[in-house]
Amino acid sequence: MSSATLTASAVNNAARRGSALGRRLLVISAWLVFLLFLVLPLFVVLTEALKQGVGVFFTSIFEPDAISALKLTLLAVGIAVPLNLLFGVAAAWCVSKYEFRGKSILVTLIDLPFSVSPVIAGLIYVLLFGAQGFFGPWLREHDIQIIFALPGIVLATLFVTVPFVARELIPLMQEQGTQEEEAARLLGANGWQMFWHVTLPNIKWGLIYGVVLCTARAMGEFGAVSVVSGHIRGYTNTLPLHVEILYNEYNHVAAFSVASLLLLLALLILLLKQWSESRINHLKARAGEE
Amino acid sequence: MSIRRFALATLASTLIAGPVAAQTLLNVSYDPTRELYSEFNAAFNKHWQAQGNEAVTIQQSHGGSGKQARAVIDGLRADVVTLALAGDIDELYKLGKLIPQNWQERLPDASTPYTSTIVFLVRKGNPKGIKDWDDLVKPGVAVITPNPKTSGGARWNLLAAWAFAQQKYGSEAQAKEFVAKLYKNVPVLDTGARGSSITFVNNGIGDVLLAWENEAFLALKEEGGDNFEIVAPSLSILAEPPVSVVDANVDRKGTRKVAEAYLNYLYSDEGQRLAAKHFYRPRNQAIAKDFSEQFSDLRLVTIDADFGGWKTAQPKFFDDGGIFDQIYQAR
Repeated sequence: MSSATLTASAVNNAARRGSALGRRLLVISAWLVFLLFLVLPLFVVLTEALKQGVGVFFTSIFEPDAISALKLTLLAVGIAVPLNLLFGVAAAWCVSKYEFRGKSILVTLIDLPFSVSPVIAGLIYVLLFGAQGFFGPWLREHDIQIIFALPGIVLATLFVTVPFVARELIPLMQEQGTQEEEAARLLGANGWQMFWHVTLPNIKWGLIYGVVLCTARAMGEFGAVSVVSGHIRGYTNTLPLHVEILYNEYNHVAAFSVASLLLLLALLILLLKQWSESRINHLKARAGEE
Repeated sequence: MSIRRFALATLASTLIAGPVAAQTLLNVSYDPTRELYSEFNAAFNKHWQAQGNEAVTIQQSHGGSGKQARAVIDGLRADVVTLALAGDIDELYKLGKLIPQNWQERLPDASTPYTSTIVFLVRKGNPKGIKDWDDLVKPGVAVITPNPKTSGGARWNLLAAWAFAQQKYGSEAQAKEFVAKLYKNVPVLDTGARGSSITFVNNGIGDVLLAWENEAFLALKEEGGDNFEIVAPSLSILAEPPVSVVDANVDRKGTRKVAEAYLNYLYSDEGQRLAAKHFYRPRNQAIAKDFSEQFSDLRLVTIDADFGGWKTAQPKFFDDGGIFDQIYQAR
């Protein structure tokens, strides 16, 4: 390296030093906050879970109530997420491809579950389907149980996760416009062909991203589900509720073991999210080049 | 697509499998009875099968007593309720018409197979020197007790404090002032007794926990329990947590016979011993004697003799606008 370029870069550095210092401070504090509020608690969960050894950890996880909580959680997720997928695509389609009156109100309503407290979401269903509720007498007559049973848990989960898929797709589909679909129609595709061969490939990664977020939220939901669960051990307790129960029974190790199971599922989902996100960016970059 | 089909199939199988399985009994209970009923349920099942019946699946739900009563009224299909106080079970009649008005006359001892009382749990060495109720109103003493709106134990706590103040100071106005002062020292109201215990024991908040006697003993038994000690005040209340079959539900499900047998078994020798083992005071005097060392001899007021029963006490103290609302809002 010649001395001329060295001086030039030194001057350049001096000019940037002020902002570099600020940037470094900012990065360090971001890392500190991240470590303190995210990594440390996760670490504590794992150490508490393993406090009495791996054996106790696995007994806690494979204990029948924990297994049934896991099953219930996966079942609720397995029903709520596909339904939200359908709703999300339909709503996003509707909003981005058509013009109609009240569209902005519809878009606002999709966001409602984000702003309503989950506890209220749960209470709404108790007021509707509870024995004293609006549909209560009719349901009782027909021996249909909604709240304090699986349907209530699914409904509550659905409510809190409604926005995820739609919210992810609406901007994506709006950006893409309607030309490609119009072209498909002109070339003789029917509605289903158009959706399957044109729309879906375009929104695929956004859709996966939305579904992943939706799944994460559905698995972890506590408040709304707590209100409609009835807390019957081994029957209507989801994983998050089961963790609370174990903790309340002075059963720390089991509580943290089950919590770490939940954590593991969350990390898995996070990886999926990361992957779909990178796919989206990749596609976007490619679209930019063209 | 296949995931959806799988989910639907699983859903269908759960819905179908539900009612076909052997008889199930749902016991909706309050917070501190978790350990008692997990043992009692196994004992009852053995007894029930020994009599030539098919095994019964007993499900448990626990939470703040008031909250649990609310859930049953809202449609949680309890076959039996084992709650913290008669007032909460009364609501099943008043709001839901799920049980007859005279439900409490159906089993011995006003349908209360075991009793308890309210004691203090303090930190080891009793650093704040808490001996009796009047130590709780001193400035700088943090008292942990749950919310009387949702917790049965919390209601017994408030009434015990009230009974003490009324005997000591004489008038109702002074009792009210005393209790108001006490609740000024409460930093957090959990929804149930267990939540309060966790706040005090695990989270280290507060100087004294007003607790069910059984709940206090349980805390001593748990890991780290030697960091606490129990203080018995000069006067407390006989806490009577009653039980009832939920008629509307058992008749619908056809479980009346097993539900009634279940509650009756609480009065059997084995039921009484299990209650005592889990630090409830058994009704059976002979068995109570066997466990007499465990329970301190307290002067106890009762809800019926000193407060005119829950039918009077509930509206006066705990319903909207009652004494608790008056003192707590005036904080």
